[in-house]
Amino acid sequence: MSTEAVEEKIVKKVSEPLLSKRRKKLVKDPLNEDNPITVQVLGICSALAITIKMEPTIIMGLAVIFTVMFSNLIISVIRDFIPNRIRIIVQLAVVATFVTLVSELLKAYNYPMFKVLGAFVGLIITNCIVMGRLEAFAMGNKPYDSMLDGLGSGLGYAWIILAVSFFREFLGSGSILNFKVFEALGIPYVNNGLMVDSIGAFMILAIIIWIQRIKTGYVEQ
Amino acid sequence: MRQSNTYIIIFTLITTVFVGGVLAVASLLLGPRQAISIEYDTKSQILSAVMTITKKDDVLGIYDKRIESLVVNNKGEEIKTDSKGQPLIAEKVDVAKNYKLKPEERMFPVFKYVSEKDSTQIEAYILPVYGNGLWDKIWGFIALDNKLETVKGVSFGHKSETPGLGARISDDPVISERYVGKKIYDDKGELVSVNMVKGEKGLPLDTHHVDGMSGATMTGNGVNKMLKDYLDCYESYFEKVKSQNVAGL
Repeated sequence: MSTEAVEEKIVKKVSEPLLSKRRKKLVKDPLNEDNPITVQVLGICSALAITIKMEPTIIMGLAVIFTVMFSNLIISVIRDFIPNRIRIIVQLAVVATFVTLVSELLKAYNYPMFKVLGAFVGLIITNCIVMGRLEAFAMGNKPYDSMLDGLGSGLGYAWIILAVSFFREFLGSGSILNFKVFEALGIPYVNNGLMVDSIGAFMILAIIIWIQRIKTGYVEQ
Repeated sequence: MRQSNTYIIIFTLITTVFVGGVLAVASLLLGPRQAISIEYDTKSQILSAVMTITKKDDVLGIYDKRIESLVVNNKGEEIKTDSKGQPLIAEKVDVAKNYKLKPEERMFPVFKYVSEKDSTQIEAYILPVYGNGLWDKIWGFIALDNKLETVKGVSFGHKSETPGLGARISDDPVISERYVGKKIYDDKGELVSVNMVKGEKGLPLDTHHVDGMSGATMTGNGVNKMLKDYLDCYESYFEKVKSQNVAGL
């Protein structure tokens, strides 16, 4: 029954190009003007916790992009069948399934990373970005649009945490992707312990938000 | 219709069965691969007490060639079967689980690191250690030379010590290097272990102390306690090996 409904919608959609202006906007907006971290201020917890080094941050970013994209897709596909009263639970079940899959895959193929990220991958379930997109977008939009929306939000999250982790690893450990930059250049550098701490993440995040708001002129009401 | 209780219950049931099924299949398919990953991880941790492991190394190959393992109890006697009569495999002994038992009931794995050319020549004994850090569990492996007196290397791990402070026990190679060459016995032959001092001053220390970690005294205390606890448990095994060595000469 559900597949029929989806097919119907896809047929109707043909008139709109695969990457129309509106759809591009779905992906682009969360990267800057409507960024989940810096503008909506969601998902701060993990942005602080896993950004000490870049490598785990990349994995975390990919995990969130994957989860939010496919949760959005599934919820959007079944949105007409979800009883309103239990919709949050259903969303949670879908998100939890994808998160568990990511976690199991990580455990099988990159165990050292699993040990570093273990708890935090599990905590994607509670990441407000994912639940927020499901409730705000996927429940009322078509599957393909929802996926694009998920991709946008995931990328918006990923690039911010990557930027934060770049500065934290560079200043806190003197390396980029575990490559010791200062040692290679022969410059003596004392690692900045503040950057390794969560406080460092707060500061860098605040600076990013500051610069972004100067550029976009966004003011909180 | 979508709001009726019957619909909700049926919908919930279908969702649960479907989601459960997907996860069960995933777990079943990924299980063997996960087991290999965990084995690889355990073995590289054991080996990292005596050598630096890089990603390119054939950990499993080196392990097969260089490590001989056995399990002892705290009287130093080798045990070959567990309480159910199953043959024991040292790599499979869950140190974390054994930690909860009394020392008399625990099983203690010993990993002998043998010479590359002559497999009867033992170069080091690698022993697991386990304990509490500041926030959560810490663990590791300590390698002793073939006289069981000098530390050849250590590798530590931790669950959630503070990044940049206590977490340095595993992240910062400087910390583990400090242990190399230290002695676990004092002049009188008492097992005193190697202790991390408070503060990080970089001063020269005697053979039973290593420099501390600034801002991580509690983690350091945990490491000290962990090493002492486990070395004590292995002491009778050390005695036994030493007396055999003497007899063998």
